Amino acid sequence: MKEMRVTVLGPAEDLLSSEEIPFFDGGVRAGFPSPADDYLEGSLSLQDMLIEHPAATFLIKVEGHSMKDAGILDGDIAIVDRALPPSHGRIVVAVVDDEFCLKRLVYRGGRCFLESANASFPPMEVSDCSENKIWGVVKHVIHTLR
Amino acid sequence: MIALADGNNFFASCERVFQPRLEGVPVVVLSNNDGCIVARSEEAKALGIKMGSVAFKMRALIQRHGVKVFSSNYTLYGDMSQRMHQVLASEVPSCEVYSIDEMFLNLRGISQPDAHCYRIRAKVKQWTGLPISIGIGQTKCLAKAANRLAKHHRRDVGVLHITPENREEWLDKLPVGKLWGIGPQHEARLLAKKIITARDFSLMNPRDVQKSMGVVGLRMLYELQGISCLSLQEIPPLQKQFVSAKSFGRPLTHLEDIEIPLASYTNRVSEKLREQGLVCAAVQVFLLTNCHRPDQPQYNPSMITVIHEATNYAPALIAVALELLRKIWKPGFQFKKVGVVLQDLSQRTQLDLLEPKKNWETRNRLQAAVDSLHGAVRWGSMGYDESWQLRAEYKSHRWTTHVHELPIAKA
Repeated sequence: MKEMRVTVLGPAEDLLSSEEIPFFDGGVRAGFPSPADDYLEGSLSLQDMLIEHPAATFLIKVEGHSMKDAGILDGDIAIVDRALPPSHGRIVVAVVDDEFCLKRLVYRGGRCFLESANASFPPMEVSDCSENKIWGVVKHVIHTLR
Repeated sequence: MIALADGNNFFASCERVFQPRLEGVPVVVLSNNDGCIVARSEEAKALGIKMGSVAFKMRALIQRHGVKVFSSNYTLYGDMSQRMHQVLASEVPSCEVYSIDEMFLNLRGISQPDAHCYRIRAKVKQWTGLPISIGIGQTKCLAKAANRLAKHHRRDVGVLHITPENREEWLDKLPVGKLWGIGPQHEARLLAKKIITARDFSLMNPRDVQKSMGVVGLRMLYELQGISCLSLQEIPPLQKQFVSAKSFGRPLTHLEDIEIPLASYTNRVSEKLREQGLVCAAVQVFLLTNCHRPDQPQYNPSMITVIHEATNYAPALIAVALELLRKIWKPGFQFKKVGVVLQDLSQRTQLDLLEPKKNWETRNRLQAAVDSLHGAVRWGSMGYDESWQLRAEYKSHRWTTHVHELPIAKA
């Protein structure tokens, strides 16, 4: 029951310059309105679900296997939120030897450690847990199944 | 009360956010085609590297001090700019984007403006990694002046507030040529009259100011005295666009005949741009037939294009204008007028080096010199393997906008 609809775009001479003349197959439907219309809520947005602070959120690619027991694998993409405070137990992107590394931040006995989630990687003690060293907090990880 | 927030060494700081190894080392960013230096970190400034200096002349210095060199990465700077503006905007009732790295903030109704600005500054740093400075004042001109002073005198805390009580004292520390809207010509005239500092200017007789600098100058004077003349959104000292359009002596039908005047108008209007230290990011070209001759076919086309990277370099603008002309021109019409409009102006990257008179020849020689150097000098190339239209040998990744160029964290 589709109806064809033509929209007037303007005088024809304006259109002569373009090689294609735009033409719309309008989606005007005839018939009864759908009973579901009143319940439409728009679709889910991954952007909204995963990103709380867009201005502070960055994507970072994970390289290596030291976090595998936390479910973060080589090749995953970390969604990092710099607006979140780096608190005990969170997985963070930290700066170690001028490089980004992804570890779990642990405070123990007044000291600060970056721990791996893989028995073959020992924890690293860091002297400085200030904002200069903790780049951001990992909020989600995108893992593509292969 | 108004504040001006401004990213410190913005382009260099954007590079640093994603490359921790750049922390504490001198960093410079080069202009289009890697010609001259358009941004410097504090360490690079301390080495005596000047804004706008020609990159290849600096090569000895760059090598000796291990200066890290980057090509402009406007994709990255644009994205980081939006993030910075978003964070700033979320903290105030209203604001105005002034340039890629500057934003005016309306502080009306905020009970402790200084404390609030310290918080804003810390938040921008935490959320985006970008260091900023904030100047506070009763008017836009005072906020702009306070911002400049903050960069020099309050670098550690990054916030400076010019109040009615301390106004004269602070303005006395600011050379008159550094005032917002005072170009080199006005500066020379003022210095000749022994007007040395911003304070001297603020104490001038309004009639004298109006005589030599017009209404724009008068507004600046009042603004510096704490009387607000420029509302948010309104920025008279910075012209929004430059237009040059002229009617021909006789109707022109051939493309080649129109190309010549268009090139000359574009050249002239780009000269104005350079005089004011502005660059433009969009070019519009239009053609008019004679509307008073209804017996003749009428055709008044216009087309606008965004330039890859903002410039005020005449040959580049002329090339863009001619390209647009070729797209809109059609045979069979008698054209009476052609015009060019340079839009999306900003005060970034003042490349006085490339004067119109020296034009292509200088550019070619410069280019040749830079080319010959690339073989001989080893600047740690950070290029990404793509065929750039412009030279961009040392371009960093588009860390925030391209999925194949994301930063990497070792796990």
